[in-house]
Amino acid sequence: MSERLKVSSNPHIRSKVTTNGIMLAVVIALMPSAGFGIYNFGARAALVILVTVASAVLTEVLFGLYRKKQTVSDLSAVVTGLLLALNLPVSIPLWMAALGSVFAILVVKMLFGGLGQNFMNPALAARCFLLISFPTAMTNFECDAYTGATPLAALKAGEQVNVMDMVVGRTAGTIGETSVIALVAGACILLLLGVIDLRIPATYIAAFVLFAGIFGGHGFDPAYLSAQLAGGGLMLGAFFMATDYVTRPITVKGQYVYGVFLGIMTGIFRIFGPGAEGVSYAILLGNLLVPLIEKVTKPVAFGYGRGGKRHD
Amino acid sequence: MAKFTFAGGIHPYDGKDLSKDKPIQDFLPKGEAVYPLSQHIGALAQAIVKTGERVLKGQKIAESGGFVSAPIYASVSGIVKAIEPRRVVTGDMVMSIILENDSQFESVKFEPEAPLEDMSREDIVNCIREAGIVGMGGAGFPTHVKLSPKEPDKIDYVIVNCAECEPYLTSDYRRMLEEPDKLIGGLKIILRLFQNARGILAVEDNKPDCIALLKKLTANETGISVRALKTKYPQGAERQLIYANTGRKINSAMLPADVGCVVNNVDTVVAVYRAVAEGRPLIERIVTVTGDAVAHPQNFRVPIGASYAELAEAAGGFIKQPAKIICGGPMMGFSIFDLNVPVTKTSTALLALTQDDVSMMEPGPCINCGRCVEVCPGRVIPSRLADHVEHFDEEAFLADHGMECCECGCCSFVCPARRHLTQEIKSMRKIQLAKRKK
Repeated sequence: MSERLKVSSNPHIRSKVTTNGIMLAVVIALMPSAGFGIYNFGARAALVILVTVASAVLTEVLFGLYRKKQTVSDLSAVVTGLLLALNLPVSIPLWMAALGSVFAILVVKMLFGGLGQNFMNPALAARCFLLISFPTAMTNFECDAYTGATPLAALKAGEQVNVMDMVVGRTAGTIGETSVIALVAGACILLLLGVIDLRIPATYIAAFVLFAGIFGGHGFDPAYLSAQLAGGGLMLGAFFMATDYVTRPITVKGQYVYGVFLGIMTGIFRIFGPGAEGVSYAILLGNLLVPLIEKVTKPVAFGYGRGGKRHD
Repeated sequence: MAKFTFAGGIHPYDGKDLSKDKPIQDFLPKGEAVYPLSQHIGALAQAIVKTGERVLKGQKIAESGGFVSAPIYASVSGIVKAIEPRRVVTGDMVMSIILENDSQFESVKFEPEAPLEDMSREDIVNCIREAGIVGMGGAGFPTHVKLSPKEPDKIDYVIVNCAECEPYLTSDYRRMLEEPDKLIGGLKIILRLFQNARGILAVEDNKPDCIALLKKLTANETGISVRALKTKYPQGAERQLIYANTGRKINSAMLPADVGCVVNNVDTVVAVYRAVAEGRPLIERIVTVTGDAVAHPQNFRVPIGASYAELAEAAGGFIKQPAKIICGGPMMGFSIFDLNVPVTKTSTALLALTQDDVSMMEPGPCINCGRCVEVCPGRVIPSRLADHVEHFDEEAFLADHGMECCECGCCSFVCPARRHLTQEIKSMRKIQLAKRKK
């Protein structure tokens, strides 16, 4: 035979799903929320998104030049930049937004070895970094469209909130967290494409509802609970951050444990903490526990442990 | 009825339409026939012919080299040209007997040893051993060893692996459709060895015609049932097949007989029938020649020892330049760089693909997505095992049950980062198995 044949170990066929494809799916799934954010908060929201995505990509490119290995084409920097923007208030100074992206990509991801090696979600770590460094700018939700507190802060202060507005997203908050409808639409894209499953989001939300019902001081009052569900970063966190492959447990049982842990921590932070929010810290704390969770939920190899039940 | 299946697995493109409707054709080789002395798991067979000697089709040319071994028979008539190392599908050089085929196909006379009714258990097992029968699904474990468990009366099930879950393969499918009587006959012979056992013909439900046919033919056989298994790769993996059919689980350190099961592949059971009822040794098998590079994909009845190059020609050669040629299926087969290798007892297919998925993309970093965990039928964490292999951490590899991998390839298939997970785990398993032998 004139042409050379390729030789490799089995298997010789591969599925069509690639890392790039997954990242692209996440970007597309975040589009409804980003779009609603721009509609809700105006053109400046688009500017913030542009700045975080561009600086995240640029940071990865520059680091790639330094390490002589370009990794930017895997699109993970775009996902990180986009997620960070959706977690920022629209009024944030642009240099702060850019700084957040640099922190996320350089410190949280690349210095730990790049994609797949970071132990914390880069966008969330950057958000918390900004929150601690610039608390005023990060909690200033006043803008042209809205004045006053976020619904969750209002709820904590004992005020009445309009749950319908919260579901639609016509409230103050970070760029991407306000609209439950947009977030769930995006989550449905990921669920249908098989990029994420409901294990973590469902256990997370269920555990949180249970916790808030028991300790929230309002019992299982539907109005209170639905406001807790629709408010703040819960939906964004549960569907897009807690499901981050790199920083969640890989074991199936571990994912349930992780979801429950996040639900409880979010409940504690929101109800007993000084602020109204708790999702970011809960997920970051969960990230840190992943190795431990994986260790105790190691799957039982086929043929070990209990024998299967007989069906004959 | 509950679906008979297992946890994990994948649904790759199955490519069976290319060759499934092509009846089995006899293929007569013209060139030399090559018989590697190792076509099975176990000791090398010992050549009992000399260079220059003329042998007949069906004549024994190598004696089994121990209990776990199998004799080899000539599949053509001709002169022994040489006994020398030749390349086999795995790429290794293996000592082989080479026959100059005289194209006469002059055969010894095949006669059954005795009427089946008069044969004892030992007679049947001996007959199977003498016929050189090994697991023809790919593993090549000598069948007489499988059929000689310590306590034959504790065998509850004799399962015939009719799953044929490997994509592209249709040889078992054609065998079932064209010679179901031999398949059922072979199963009945094996059942004679185990008085408390029931026979199960386990077929994936993507072959409804086979299921209907086998059900019809076994309607009056109380000891045999036909089961429709969920179509999913690797449904035909031995441990998964046993679980799907009986709910019993074994790990890599156990034998099917430990949970009262004996598993044999379709072609093997047919070979048992031909050996015991017709007195024919194992000298031929069904091979599917297929793939998008092949002019006329089809199924051949091939004398063992024939060259893959001739077999490809018989299917019309290649209409497109193949990028990869695989002996066996795309999930567990061996890719070859030279078509001049012989068909052996364990060859199931020649697959020529115009596109090689593996070399098209570079492996990237693991993103911990967990797809390999979802699909692994061994219920281990392939990505972590591969990490252990990369760090050559043998202890961690063994602690995380790396030896439970059956090398089915599901993890590599689904990995979005295109990591060579199966390959890495496989290489460490080889190292560990070699260490055990020491």
